Amino acid sequence: MPNNPTRRDFIKTAGTAAALTASAGLRLEPLAQTIEAPSADPFAIELANEALNAARSAGASYADVRIARYRRQAVATRERQVTNVSDSESYGMGVRTLVDGCWGFAATSRMTKPGAREAAQTAVGISAAAREVHKRRVELAPVKPVQGTWITPVLRDPLDVPLEEKIALLLSANEAALKVKGVQFVNSGVSALREIKTLVTSEGTNTTQTFIRVFPTFSATAVQTGDFQTYEEELAPRGEGWDYVDSLNMAGNAERWASMAVQKLAAKSVEAGTWDVILDPTNLWLTIHESIGHPTELDRVLGEEANYAGTSFVAPPEKVIGQLKYGPAIMNIQADRTQPGSLSRVAWDDEGVPADQWLLIEKGIFKDYQTTREQASRIAKLTGVNRSHGCSFAESWSEVQFQRMPNVSLLPADKDISLDDIVAATDRGIVIKNRGSWSIDHQRYNFQFSGQAFYEVRNGKITGMLRDVAYQSNTPVFWNSMDMIGGKSSYWVGGTFTDGKGEPSQSSSVSHGAVPARFRSVTILNTRRTA
Amino acid sequence: MSQAVRAGVDSGLLSRDAARTLADRVLKMSVAEETRVTIESFRDGNTRFADASITTSGSSEDTSLTVTATIGRRRASATTNILDDASLKRTVDLATRLAGLAPEDPELMPELGPQTYAVVGAFIDRTANLDPETRTSAVRQAVEAANRAGKAAGQIFTAGFLQSNARAIAVATSKGLFAYHRSTGADFSITARTPDGTGSGWASGGARDWHAFDTAAAGRVAAEKAVASRNPEVLDPGHYTAVLEPQAVNDLIPLLGAALNARNADEGRSPFSKPDGGTRIGETVADPRVTLYSDPEDRMLLGQPFDNEGLPVKRTVWIEKGVLRNLAYTRFWAQKQGKQPTGAPLAGGLALVGGTKTTEQLIAGCERGILVTHFFYIRSLEPRTVLQTGLTRDGTFLIEKGRITRSLRNFRWNESPLLMLNRLEDIGRSEPTSVGRLMPALRIGQFDFSSSSDAI
Repeated sequence: MPNNPTRRDFIKTAGTAAALTASAGLRLEPLAQTIEAPSADPFAIELANEALNAARSAGASYADVRIARYRRQAVATRERQVTNVSDSESYGMGVRTLVDGCWGFAATSRMTKPGAREAAQTAVGISAAAREVHKRRVELAPVKPVQGTWITPVLRDPLDVPLEEKIALLLSANEAALKVKGVQFVNSGVSALREIKTLVTSEGTNTTQTFIRVFPTFSATAVQTGDFQTYEEELAPRGEGWDYVDSLNMAGNAERWASMAVQKLAAKSVEAGTWDVILDPTNLWLTIHESIGHPTELDRVLGEEANYAGTSFVAPPEKVIGQLKYGPAIMNIQADRTQPGSLSRVAWDDEGVPADQWLLIEKGIFKDYQTTREQASRIAKLTGVNRSHGCSFAESWSEVQFQRMPNVSLLPADKDISLDDIVAATDRGIVIKNRGSWSIDHQRYNFQFSGQAFYEVRNGKITGMLRDVAYQSNTPVFWNSMDMIGGKSSYWVGGTFTDGKGEPSQSSSVSHGAVPARFRSVTILNTRRTA
Repeated sequence: MSQAVRAGVDSGLLSRDAARTLADRVLKMSVAEETRVTIESFRDGNTRFADASITTSGSSEDTSLTVTATIGRRRASATTNILDDASLKRTVDLATRLAGLAPEDPELMPELGPQTYAVVGAFIDRTANLDPETRTSAVRQAVEAANRAGKAAGQIFTAGFLQSNARAIAVATSKGLFAYHRSTGADFSITARTPDGTGSGWASGGARDWHAFDTAAAGRVAAEKAVASRNPEVLDPGHYTAVLEPQAVNDLIPLLGAALNARNADEGRSPFSKPDGGTRIGETVADPRVTLYSDPEDRMLLGQPFDNEGLPVKRTVWIEKGVLRNLAYTRFWAQKQGKQPTGAPLAGGLALVGGTKTTEQLIAGCERGILVTHFFYIRSLEPRTVLQTGLTRDGTFLIEKGRITRSLRNFRWNESPLLMLNRLEDIGRSEPTSVGRLMPALRIGQFDFSSSSDAI
């Protein structure tokens, strides 16, 4: 099996940090952080106060204002060309109000005092209009007002890295990939985001946070007569600086990554049936996201997503909290908005709630959900937790905040088991790496996932590469079939820049830490079709 | 900013005159050899509800401007939504600086000069002006209709979403091109679930004109489906005849859009590639009853008559009576291959046509099969065949001897929207399924329902 020295090296650092407590997690922080957290723009505070006063005068019992400035940059390449260089900024405010327990929201990019006042008045009008279809009054869990600033710790802000350096890195990776015989197409890219967000609430919270995120990508395609195969390397997006991109050594690794596409062309088509599967963290993170992250969102459980993303099998709360056996006793699933390097890391959420870390599943038993301030009271009697877990997020100033997923991760085993140890202990199985196709039903039972690279295991050894593989299962059956997981040094953090939920649909960024894990007797499909 | 521009922006949606004034102002700031300005302006309103309560409701407005600067064969773009002179100048300078840093692009096409565009009347005032009170009232009517229609099952749970938007887009170049288009759209969807948790139904509508659909009717249909779908039975996975309602077809057929890319076909990585090189244009790729086209001027589609470079988008027939007639050519690839550029395949909307029957007639003609309301979580499995996976949702029924006889558990399926058009048993009358989409019901033989789902 191909090794990845860079990744292995990184795993050790990330694994040790992320799986432990927040204080131990500080080991991942850059040692010489160069960027201070910007303080609030006085003009933004002035506009926020104008909006809050207007909302109060118009009859709001609660209001919050988010003023945010986004800067995004993307560079995309193919082979020896740059296909896109773009840079964008977006600045505006969103005002959320409560009138008689009904939400209203209005957003504008007119960043003037009249613009702020009108947005607040519009939001109050929308709150008032909602009273006609209204059964349950919104009650917010208490939160202590907070004032402060925070920034993602980085050595180099990706937006400050010269464009020439980014292009040179990507084109050198492409050049290395094109050296591989049979590889005809290569795509690589990098996206970077800097978000400066100020939250001011009518309860006295006033925070300004700066989030830095970066997402490199790489894929290569090999073509032969009547056939083609693409290999996408799993380069995780992170809440980190350019130092993370440097650590991936894209130029040094591209030739090896590209050769995977050629190897896939020659791989044996899988025999459909029942196999043990060994999921590498580069694949398992997404299975965790879909089959644990989403079903433990409380808004889904309450039916608020029923018309779009769906509901959840982890329901009703009174029958599953402390009772549902999600998986075996080796299974501990942690939600965490404090995890260094992760995409969902914050100091405070979009309601001013301090970042939290808690267990969703403990020793295989479902324990708690993901919550916001208006949700916490709905299950407080069952969990004994009165506070919000701090899962409120909006993708932009132009959208209303609602419950979004924190980082959700599979914690490592106590014993330091490696992927190789799991392979050695398996008679007949398939190792699956990287994200392939993914799909799951609207209550999160039936899922089908694929990958980028598949290896056949016979009698404890990798015997060759397979292709056309997808695994299909039912969430509780699947997790209860897990019988072996990796230890700390095999922990790796994957993630997505674009997790969709809500109407209108919003995108969020979230990370998932995982260790390699074995699942017994899983249905394997062959995805090959002929035209 | 001039008073005219400010007035245009402050009213929430940019007018043609305000867009032209703003574009001219920005073009004058640029020292690049060629410059393109794209202005997008929108105003949205939405109301979301669940369990007989509005859960969120909001409005949003924004105008953003993108400058694309070209120096020699180098090009880059920068975007801002801060429209004061200083920010606009900064954005122009940034685009120009980025272009200077970008390597030469051998595929770069020069900016376009003046073009002639079709006038597409896609803007409806009453949709643009839909207020929160009217939205609330429409939601109330849908919830009440669902409650009445679902009474037999007890208190029906409803959740749904109503949104309206007004948009304006303008493209201008330093070579004299100016394009402007504005449109509106409204969408409503509702899910109804029975209190015993065993039944779920769904209905939706979408149109440029808010008056074109009836939220109460959607609420009734969703609740009727929820009641009828209670206590679903498990049917073993396998290959069955499928009757896909127009909304289900709308979930699948637009996925062909990406596969219509001409360059991928020429490069051997597409279902429309010939094994020994070249494209399959002229070959039969689907049942001879099937025609697939885009046409911004079609009154049932009302698409945008130009693409993001300002290239006019015209009627393009992709598949005519089963024969592949065209693929989507960018300007570069069209020039290289000696073809006409088409712009992006879905820019002009998408219509699948070929039949006259109702969905009920397609059911009546089915000896044994599965009726599908709509699909969920569709993802690509295999680009060579456009093979997809996904699930059925909110009303899946067994058809026996031309009649719906039982509610079925949902299925996961693995199927290709292209290959299935070769197993067409019958095609229905096309109807508007969402903004810019016109789709029929289809009866497909040997649809691959691959595993059972417990989801209700």
